[in-house]
Amino acid sequence: MYPKKFDYFLPGSLNEAIKLLHEREDSKVLAGGQSLLALMKLRLAAPAALVDITQVKDELSYIKKEKTHLAVGALTPHDHLEHNKVVGSLFPILVDAASKIGDQQIRNRGTVGGSCCHADPAADLPTAFLALDPKFVVRGTRGQRSIPSSDFFVDTFSTAVKKDEILTEIRIPYLPKRSGSAYIKHSRREGDFAIVGVGVALTVGPKNVCKDIRISLGAVAPTPIRAKSAEKHLKGKKLNEETIVASAEEANLEADPPSDMHGSREYRLEMIKVFTKRAVKLALSRV
Amino acid sequence: MLKSDLAKVTCKVNGKEYSGLVEPRTLLVHFIRDELNLTGTHIGCDTGHCGACTIYMNGKTVKSCMVLAVQANGAELMTVEGLAEGDKLHPLQEAFWENHGLQCGYCTPGMLMSSLFLLERNPNPSEGEIRRAIEGNLCRCTGYVNIVKSVKAAAKKMNENSRTQKRTSK
Ligand SMILES: Cc1cc2nc3c(=O)[nH]c(=O)nc-3n(C[C@H](O)[C@H](O)[C@H](O)COP(=O)(O)OP(=O)(O)OC[C@H]3O[C@@H](n4cnc5c(N)ncnc54)[C@H](O)[C@@H]3O)c2cc1C
Ligand code: FES
Ligand code: FES
Repeated sequence: MYPKKFDYFLPGSLNEAIKLLHEREDSKVLAGGQSLLALMKLRLAAPAALVDITQVKDELSYIKKEKTHLAVGALTPHDHLEHNKVVGSLFPILVDAASKIGDQQIRNRGTVGGSCCHADPAADLPTAFLALDPKFVVRGTRGQRSIPSSDFFVDTFSTAVKKDEILTEIRIPYLPKRSGSAYIKHSRREGDFAIVGVGVALTVGPKNVCKDIRISLGAVAPTPIRAKSAEKHLKGKKLNEETIVASAEEANLEADPPSDMHGSREYRLEMIKVFTKRAVKLALSRV
Repeated sequence: MLKSDLAKVTCKVNGKEYSGLVEPRTLLVHFIRDELNLTGTHIGCDTGHCGACTIYMNGKTVKSCMVLAVQANGAELMTVEGLAEGDKLHPLQEAFWENHGLQCGYCTPGMLMSSLFLLERNPNPSEGEIRRAIEGNLCRCTGYVNIVKSVKAAAKKMNENSRTQKRTSK
């Protein structure tokens, strides 16, 4: 099906794009289009104007090692994140998540920034990022600001990015020595959205005592969330079968999952425990 | 429609330059089929799920129903029509033919594109890797078994071809 009519703009620079977003009423950023065009084809979205930022790719598609963090440009395609060696060695959780998105064609075209700005609660990268507590850098007419991950996802399909702002970069702080990370997606078929997604980033001290841990959950609330009770349970404890299982029992305390055709609320609450256990173990195995 | 509503698209498809006027909302797949009359690329859904519309855009596979025609301005595209050289089928096409990798053929153009993208990056894929590469291409007929077999056979053919090519160029 055809989308509804719209005006199309192809700015050559980021500043020009921001200006267009500011000036044009009911305008929207078009990145990979793998979510937005689908919504427009189904007429679930009908923006009056699209500001296509794919031309500013050189400015926004990169993965760079900085002093304190890894910088990922918003227009980096999922496929690049999946195959980047630096990402693979520092943040295997992101490879887990990127490689599980849709299919090869979607990963070729869809972008990291688009996935975060679309903010589907069942999407893979937002959940994985939440476990790494990055900063989201956005630019608008009033300049640049940096949004902590705890404030970025506001509601289903809604983020802290304002209408005339563009997400430019995600800054992921390096994990300390002796850290491991993992993301596990539970879905009925390959390529489906998650029924439950769990991200874990942990750091251990001597004798596998958990120095720090972040557990994130997807598809079980209006936004990706942190399983703070389970995190608290494990901090300072030795990580073994017993403590991991006990903490996983508490992993669903903050969740408020929906019931839909992919799984009932009760099923999801149960699966959170199962997949939290597995994700913590996988992350631990990668320390 | 006012002419000012239309945008010019110029792109290379299968090595040949084309141009046309489109509404911004025109999907690339419709431009390819209806304006360029290259009807080998199919449409099977509204949501980007079936993969029948898969083509190459600037060296990577994309679902052409999930790209706007205006976004292909200046791009290099390859559709299923670009695989064969005259009457000589591409080894992938031969392999699909010989191994019954299709029944109705609706999914085949997209399957061929996704398979080629796999073999370019990974000349000796395992069954699991083949299945993963065609995740975004649905087939309602074959049950995939013969498609996987075809891609394996094509990999072998293409590896042999490149070996003989290397030998003759030495
Ligand atoms: C068949 C199919 C299967 C899929 N399966 C999965 C899956 O399993 N898991 C998963 O996580 N995702 C899945 N997706 C979604 C995919 O990951 C998309 O790539 C992603 O959600 C959106 O990225 P995009 O670059 O295509 O963004 P677009 O579609 O271009 O944009 C999405 C939204 O974000 C806004 N936006 C985009 N970039 C920016 C920016 N830099 N600054 C501000 N706003 C911006 C747009 O205005 C729009 O509202 C699937 C999609 C399809 C079609
Ligand atoms: S027509 Fe189904 S994915 Fe494009
Ligand atoms: S051969 Fe009929 S859909 Fe695949």
